Amino acid sequence: MASQLIGAVIAIVLGIGFSLFYFAGTNWALDHWLGDRSDAAGNRVSRAHRRESIRPWLFIAPALLILGVYLVYPVVETLRLSFFDDTGEGFVGLANYIWAFQDGEFLLAIRNNLMWLIIVPSASTGLGLLIATLADRVPWGTVAKSLIFMPMAISFVGASVIWKFVYDYRGPDAEQIGILNAIVVSLGGDPVHWISLPFWNNLFLMVILIWIQTPFAMVIFSAALRGVPMDTIEAARIDGAKPVQIFFKVVLPQIMSTVVVVWTTITIIVLKIFDIVLAMTNGQWNTEVLANLMYDWMFRGGGDFGRGSTIAIVIMVAVIPIMIWNIRRFQKEEGMR
Amino acid sequence: MATVKLSNVKKAFGSVEIIKGVDLDIHDNEFVVFVGPSGCGKSTLLRLIAGLEDISSGELTIDGKRMNDTPPAERGIAMVFQSYALYPHMSVYENMAFGLKLAKIDRKVIDEKVREAARILQLEHLLQRKPKELSGGQRQRVAIGRSIVRDPKVFLFDEPLSNLDAALRVQMRIEIAKLHSDLDATMIYVTHDQVEAMTLADKIVVLQAGIVEQVGSPLELYYHPQNKFVAGFIGSPKMNFVPVEVSAADAGGVTVTLPGGDNLKVPVEAAGVEPGQKLTLGVRPEHMSETGEGDAAIPVQCVVVERLGGDTYGYVHTEGVELMTVQTDGTSRMKPGDNLRVGIRGITCHLFGADDQALPLLERNDLADIGKSGILSGAPGPAPAVH
Amino acid sequence: MKIAGRYVTGGQVAGQFLLLFLVVIWTLPTVGLLISSLRDKDQLIASGWWSALSSTEITNQGRTGTADDQVETAGGYEIAGNLLPEDSPAEIGFWSDNINDITAYEAGQSAPVDDTGAMTVNADGSYSWVSPEPFTLERGERVFYQAFVPPIFTLDNYREVLASEGIGRAFINTATVAIPATIIPILIAAFCAYAFTWMSFPGRNWLFAIVVGLLVVPLQMSLIPLLRLYNDVGATFGVEAKSYLGIWLAHTGFGLPLAIYLLRNYIGSLPRDLIESAKVDGATHFHIFTRLVMPLSVPALASFAIFQFLWVWNDLLVALVFLSKREDQIVLTSQLRELLGSRGDNWEILTSGAFISMIVPLLVFFALQRYFVRGLTAGSVKG
Repeated sequence: MASQLIGAVIAIVLGIGFSLFYFAGTNWALDHWLGDRSDAAGNRVSRAHRRESIRPWLFIAPALLILGVYLVYPVVETLRLSFFDDTGEGFVGLANYIWAFQDGEFLLAIRNNLMWLIIVPSASTGLGLLIATLADRVPWGTVAKSLIFMPMAISFVGASVIWKFVYDYRGPDAEQIGILNAIVVSLGGDPVHWISLPFWNNLFLMVILIWIQTPFAMVIFSAALRGVPMDTIEAARIDGAKPVQIFFKVVLPQIMSTVVVVWTTITIIVLKIFDIVLAMTNGQWNTEVLANLMYDWMFRGGGDFGRGSTIAIVIMVAVIPIMIWNIRRFQKEEGMR
Repeated sequence: MATVKLSNVKKAFGSVEIIKGVDLDIHDNEFVVFVGPSGCGKSTLLRLIAGLEDISSGELTIDGKRMNDTPPAERGIAMVFQSYALYPHMSVYENMAFGLKLAKIDRKVIDEKVREAARILQLEHLLQRKPKELSGGQRQRVAIGRSIVRDPKVFLFDEPLSNLDAALRVQMRIEIAKLHSDLDATMIYVTHDQVEAMTLADKIVVLQAGIVEQVGSPLELYYHPQNKFVAGFIGSPKMNFVPVEVSAADAGGVTVTLPGGDNLKVPVEAAGVEPGQKLTLGVRPEHMSETGEGDAAIPVQCVVVERLGGDTYGYVHTEGVELMTVQTDGTSRMKPGDNLRVGIRGITCHLFGADDQALPLLERNDLADIGKSGILSGAPGPAPAVH
Repeated sequence: MKIAGRYVTGGQVAGQFLLLFLVVIWTLPTVGLLISSLRDKDQLIASGWWSALSSTEITNQGRTGTADDQVETAGGYEIAGNLLPEDSPAEIGFWSDNINDITAYEAGQSAPVDDTGAMTVNADGSYSWVSPEPFTLERGERVFYQAFVPPIFTLDNYREVLASEGIGRAFINTATVAIPATIIPILIAAFCAYAFTWMSFPGRNWLFAIVVGLLVVPLQMSLIPLLRLYNDVGATFGVEAKSYLGIWLAHTGFGLPLAIYLLRNYIGSLPRDLIESAKVDGATHFHIFTRLVMPLSVPALASFAIFQFLWVWNDLLVALVFLSKREDQIVLTSQLRELLGSRGDNWEILTSGAFISMIVPLLVFFALQRYFVRGLTAGSVKG
């Protein structure tokens, strides 16, 4: 164990040290080799102009390089690969796309993604709004919010373990250790193998994501609600509005733009959902989703790059418009030019 | 129009008492101003009348009916907030119509009322705009318009002019005065600005730390302040306070020794006053004479001179007082460094005891009954601002 | 109505109950996991975690001694012993020699067994079988009992999962991935963001526009080409395609757009006069950045750092693609998922393993909530 630890620490130090060294080193070198000199007459010759026009590039070079390799190149390459066969060598035109839209698995994944898309964002946004509103007016609201917020800190896989435990199924004669079946049995029913239930099992997987994403919505809405001027609410009270009316007619319209941002952000996350499905069912029992399918094809039968890339492109086409819209709104909120 | 009465009203937030027992009688159609420094509780008092906060103990009645437990919407009040509190997602028309719509009033009636209010406030051309498209003054008027359509018994204003710039404030002050005379309504107005208080009020309520220090007409408070706080709060520039010692006390008044040695007789009741007692003399800057005219004079040195053109303020120093303000007209030749003798007359002075209470004047000053600020009823309002 | 002297409406009370209900549902699953991870592994399987504090009921059987074990006593012959295994914490409640009626006799009660003599079975499992005649059994008699095992809480599960299931190693691996993958992007992004804000160079604006544009690229787009690239590089240079360096760079790449975007926003909001007076004092950009801007940017750096750290720690997909499942490379999320597949029914391992993977994020989260929340609102833009 100790040697592992030491090895890890060394790796960490090296990795970080190198980057630090790059910046400090290159800047020092620049100052040293293009420093101000004295000319023949002993006057100071400033080479600041040349020096300072090089320096910015030192600052941004690593970033540009890494971005180029890890984001720019892959985007182009994925697009290209989607037109090639499984090894990436042979050009096949639109064959992959045609295959995709006729492939049963692919269409099933799309159907499932659609279900996720409709249910999860609306549920998370609605619940998040509800909780933020309720917690706002209660002295123990902060504690409540922290507790509900906690699922956001853990990994999707960790969450999957937790919920697999909740959904656990034992035979009808055995003692149930999963809460859900325990409740069903205590109410007189038979235990159910939830995650293999046709069609409805998707719902049980969605619950996990809702569990994780609702706190996100809750936090954003909490901040937004605090931004609603108190006196518009008081004016509404004086105008005779009941609390429910105040919420729907005065508060909600004022945070509408936030609602939209939260909704679309969760939508984007849903489109790329992978970990939960992988950990819970690995796509079995008709729970397959696009991101999972893509991962599958990346390694199935030695890896089919063509088909995998095609699916990636499909995901991208769905996600990018929403993201662009989201970023535009975010920029507007931040008041950026 | 309605009467409002508060009886020993107290308000505590947790263990902190903000309002410590207020009694107030507000008559029909009166314009009452709550005034006082920050934190004195004037806004809280207003909110108690509005129903936005619960009264801890005591009674509030409007038109004779107990209102402690009645929700705001049923008290017959309307409120104009400091920040206007307009609904940003609704147009001006919808803002004004909101309360009436909630009360399920017929659409035609709502339309009439809104247009009438818009007419009074010259908002007709703005009805379809959203609040963010309006200037500060226009938003202010929409906020007032929203109150008017409710036909309330009592109008409540919570520092409505604080967010406006100086020029606009003067203009809006006149408009509110005009509103009062046109609408014939009971209005309760909260401000920290004593100029607004003096110019708008039928009656001023001076508050400090949750207690009413004095209630009276503006000039009543100016000429007959009952304690040092009110004396220093009302009147601008602030009254000067000079520590003095009593040299004699008789039926004609109390004689005190001023810095510099002169004796001044002030016509106040001498009961309980002993020679040798230390009192505070209060004299307003406008009642001090740079040329030394008066019953007695104080030797001072001029430290700062401020020339405003029409008036001149001289800040002077004398023994026992860091700085006093002397107000003269623009022709004064005072210079910093000048040594002068400033004259004061006993009849315009006040004396305050160690408990800061004013010694009662022997004779009422009838200037206090000149009357209050007013506006010609039905006069055309100021021209609509270009903003 | 009035509660505690303040007016509350019925709606407000209902609202509080609703909130309480929601909080309970939200925390219940995690609580269940935590409690289960601390239970004895047999008990874990036998009963729901909500009854963790009550004894579990088990039925079992034991064998008596044989005729060879009998001892001659004053009144006859006796076979004695203990039905329970050694060190068993169970307490016998009922017993019987008839499998169809296990609860026939209470502990401490005497009854004939196999129609011979009288046996007393005590709660601690000890029994005494006496008979006036000598015993002739060749095989021990089976005695059935119903016992109660008090709740046992233990850290054994954690010990087991750390040592023999590879979680301990995976923990170290995850840290090895996460720490540099947080610090390196911040370093690189900070310098870059500073340059975009306060330095002038040709193409600055449209380069930044491209960086913002890259925010849009979803992770999935990059995986396949990068996988191929890594494989090719590995083959060409004869190095390992899957390495820590590789995943550090990958996470850096994926995290850079957001980091640069956020940091540029923040650095741009610092007062201009500060930078300019430093320039007048003769500082180079490098000095201004390292001594002035970086320290001032700590809140923004912290927000991003936490967000990135948690994201990397909890990541599964990138680790699956860029690292192997070898013992020295597998990360917690990957290991956990393996356990879900291969040891799906060993809940004692799964629960404790999951919890270990969650401890660090939870601690970070609770300690630095403020910064996390701030990073969240901006991170909502992240792909």
